[in-house]
Amino acid sequence: MAILPELALLTGALAFFVMSLSKSFDKKQFNNAAVFMGVVALLGAIISFNQDVTIFAGAYQVDLYSQFFKLMIAMGMVFALIAGQGLKGIDEEDQPEYYMFMFVSCLGLMCLVSSVELITLFISLELSSFALYLMVPMRDNTTGVREQMEAGIKYILFGVLATGFMLFGMSYIFGLTGTTYLKEIVVGMEQVSSQPAALFAIVMVLSGFFYKLAVFPMHFWVPDVYEGAANETTAFVATVPKLGAVALMIRFVAMVPVDNQIFVNFLIALSLCSMFYGNLIALVQTDVKRMLGYSGIAHAGFILLGLLTLDASGYATVMYYIAGYVFMNIACYIAICSVSDHGENISISDLNGLHKRQPMMAFLLAVGLFALAGIPPMIGFMGEFLLLAGALKAGHLYLVILAAINAGIAIYYYLRLVKAAYTADPEDRPDVTINGVTRFASVVLVLLIVMMGAFPTRIIAFADTALKTIL
Amino acid sequence: MEHLVINQGFPLLSFLIFFPLFGALVLLFKSGDTFARFWTLAITSLEAIFSLPLLFGFDIKSADFQFVELYSWVPQWGINYIVGLDGISILLVLLSTLIMPLCVLASWKYIQKRVGQFMFCLLIMQVSMVGLFVALDFILFWVFWEFMLIPMYLLIAIWGGPRKDYASIKFFIYTMAGSVFLLVAILALYLENNHSFYIPDMMWQNYSTTFQVLVFLAFFLAFAIKVPMFPLHTWLPAAHVEAPTAGSVILASVLLKMGTYGMLRFCIPITPEATLMLAPYILWLSIAGIIYGGFTALAQSDMKKLIAYSSVGHMGFVTLGIFVLNPNGVEGSIIQMINHGVTTGALFLCVGMIYERTHSRELSVAQGCGKFMPWYATFLGLFCLSSFGFPGTNSFIGEFMILAGTFEHSTFLALAAIPGAVLAAAYMLRMLQKLLYGTENNPDQSHLKDLSFREIAVLSPFALFVFWIGLGPQPFIDLIHVSVANLLENLETWQQAQNVAQVMLQ
Repeated sequence: MAILPELALLTGALAFFVMSLSKSFDKKQFNNAAVFMGVVALLGAIISFNQDVTIFAGAYQVDLYSQFFKLMIAMGMVFALIAGQGLKGIDEEDQPEYYMFMFVSCLGLMCLVSSVELITLFISLELSSFALYLMVPMRDNTTGVREQMEAGIKYILFGVLATGFMLFGMSYIFGLTGTTYLKEIVVGMEQVSSQPAALFAIVMVLSGFFYKLAVFPMHFWVPDVYEGAANETTAFVATVPKLGAVALMIRFVAMVPVDNQIFVNFLIALSLCSMFYGNLIALVQTDVKRMLGYSGIAHAGFILLGLLTLDASGYATVMYYIAGYVFMNIACYIAICSVSDHGENISISDLNGLHKRQPMMAFLLAVGLFALAGIPPMIGFMGEFLLLAGALKAGHLYLVILAAINAGIAIYYYLRLVKAAYTADPEDRPDVTINGVTRFASVVLVLLIVMMGAFPTRIIAFADTALKTIL
Repeated sequence: MEHLVINQGFPLLSFLIFFPLFGALVLLFKSGDTFARFWTLAITSLEAIFSLPLLFGFDIKSADFQFVELYSWVPQWGINYIVGLDGISILLVLLSTLIMPLCVLASWKYIQKRVGQFMFCLLIMQVSMVGLFVALDFILFWVFWEFMLIPMYLLIAIWGGPRKDYASIKFFIYTMAGSVFLLVAILALYLENNHSFYIPDMMWQNYSTTFQVLVFLAFFLAFAIKVPMFPLHTWLPAAHVEAPTAGSVILASVLLKMGTYGMLRFCIPITPEATLMLAPYILWLSIAGIIYGGFTALAQSDMKKLIAYSSVGHMGFVTLGIFVLNPNGVEGSIIQMINHGVTTGALFLCVGMIYERTHSRELSVAQGCGKFMPWYATFLGLFCLSSFGFPGTNSFIGEFMILAGTFEHSTFLALAAIPGAVLAAAYMLRMLQKLLYGTENNPDQSHLKDLSFREIAVLSPFALFVFWIGLGPQPFIDLIHVSVANLLENLETWQQAQNVAQVMLQ
């Protein structure tokens, strides 16, 4: 029971593997099957929510913390599946494999958030990453420039590099503490915390997750991969893996002693670079996905604001924020995927007049973008506000001022999309049709974004309790 | 949490905040232009009627917050949902509720495309306007302060004039740039104050001088952009010119007041020392705004621009009145906020009515229309006279009180403000003369129809208030008097305490 969502995902992946062997399948049913299996995994995550077990010789722990992230991963995956219904941008032949890799990647992420031992953790991470590496170049070749290949190569090369850093860091950790179990590492690290090697090891391990979260300077893959991958792949890459990265970053950052000023300064520098770099470059983008990629870098900087407080309330805010981040981003991607007719990339002008062509999608996009921009009462505002409050409480006044300036800069490029969708003339752009499932998902997302923003109390309280199980 | 009169009965303020939201949500599900118009008119009228009990239930002898409702919102972070009303905010709340049905009526024919969405934006706008003036928790205030940007942005960006893209983005970015620092200041106050966002708790505390100055500057930047004060005013003409009539009216009547309201509510009580220290500079900035606004208005040929610049001048008077920090000045500036809302709102409506007929805002296109539009000429003449403070109209009372307060403060300063009043007469009379009489070679205006019954119904309430405040201002002053006196008394006590402390130190 404890690993029900993982089992559900595994079953899904195997089912799609079997399907990929046969040549003929009904495309529509097959899509519905994917969404259905995603929902099954979500149900599994809900059922196993309150479980608390340790299995596989203490390497795999199911607790409130991991289940929170599993629930979010499953939800993110279901929304991503709904966004990518029909797989407009994927080669018809590859579609079963595509779904298989997506399920495997989610499986890897779920294992990742439950791993409390370095080797397990590494294997889970690679399981999820390699599936993703393969999903990126699976785009069909309608444009003829094969940009997905460039994206795929970039993604895998940078990814492997980051993994190399991480392994290197892990070897240091093992060398310093003589164990691969996180619980014992925490104890062992306390004794060697004054040594530079300990800090170095943690920074190295973190850089693997910086890569996933797209923190400067591990962000180089983001714009090209976001642009080169199919829309539905980007919707997935941009959201769900970040949950896993954040879950593990909290675990590792928590190992650093609270008074380690060097580490805090290091995170401050990364956070500022990410925010300024992401926001300033996003200003001039015309491709919507690329722009959202840069905005993602900026948001990664914001997430660091919560981590660098090095206290539990900061981590709780980060959990709240990343959950919200997934919802607001996926809201934008659902709109993008439905506007894109044959899976092609869309530029800002392609959104022109969306309010007439499909009011529901225009509204969803506006809610998602205003949330990303941090306008109350959406979740982006509450998350941003709590992160800033936490950082200020920890005494980083200048950082908070600079971050606030960034929130101001970001408004402009989000507003450009809203402007296109709501004020521009559609001219002869065709209407956008969406099906019932997308409609339903949109309503759910809007409600989630607004309600989680307006009433954050219970989620944060829950995140606090969940953190108690790991700290 | 003393100084609160908790309301045990019907949650009137929350009702006023959320009733328009309900109306807006209904509009989401039911389409049809005619329905949208009538529905919104009904909702805003009901809102106006339901806001009247505030007036009757308000205890004018008390400086406490009344009609207070208190609920916990995010207890981990000390955020509460607290709303309440005192003498400083009551008139502004009533202004925002009473003006909305008139805005709907004024947009009846003007808005022809996407009517349902327009009305949706108006209703959402009303939610944040009322909420902002009654919020007593800083986060609640900030939520309304920011949220207001979305509907206003859309009003300009969708239904605006030819340069709507430029104007709407400029409006949004200017305001947002100001408010990010506001957020930092709020957070800093929160940490200084044992983790509470409750606004009255933050007042009259002994913060250090540096802290006060920094917080004051953050506040001031946000509010000065909103007012707007010279030299941060450049978004205003653009936004006013491009916005549809109802947007201009809301912008002039209510949104600009948010800035001056913020100065009264936050700057003075929360950072008294910084206020006293920096007030002289702000006074001269206000004078600069008055003179600058006047001269620029004199040079305009676009009617909306003219009125927009006159707003810069008028709001200069308001900030002047606030920062002379004496009863006449502050009371005068609150009255003047209402006056500006009434008069400038009405002037924008008048310009909108001409625009509907000639499709131009240029003075030269519409000149000489008075002959064919006697009703229009009457109303326009009245509002123009009111705008430059003709005795017997509302602005006279406000400007007189402000100038009286300024004379008490410094004769020199008051003398510097006088040319502003003269300039106001010059540009307003110039507009009036050109528009109503023109020259010998006026364009043919005989096709112009005089005001319809609907339009007269829109303008009449404004005319009523012009005379009411102009001839019998006492009831309005009574409403605000106790709160203002209390504010200034507190300031004095605080100042004395500081002086005593300083003497003790020596």
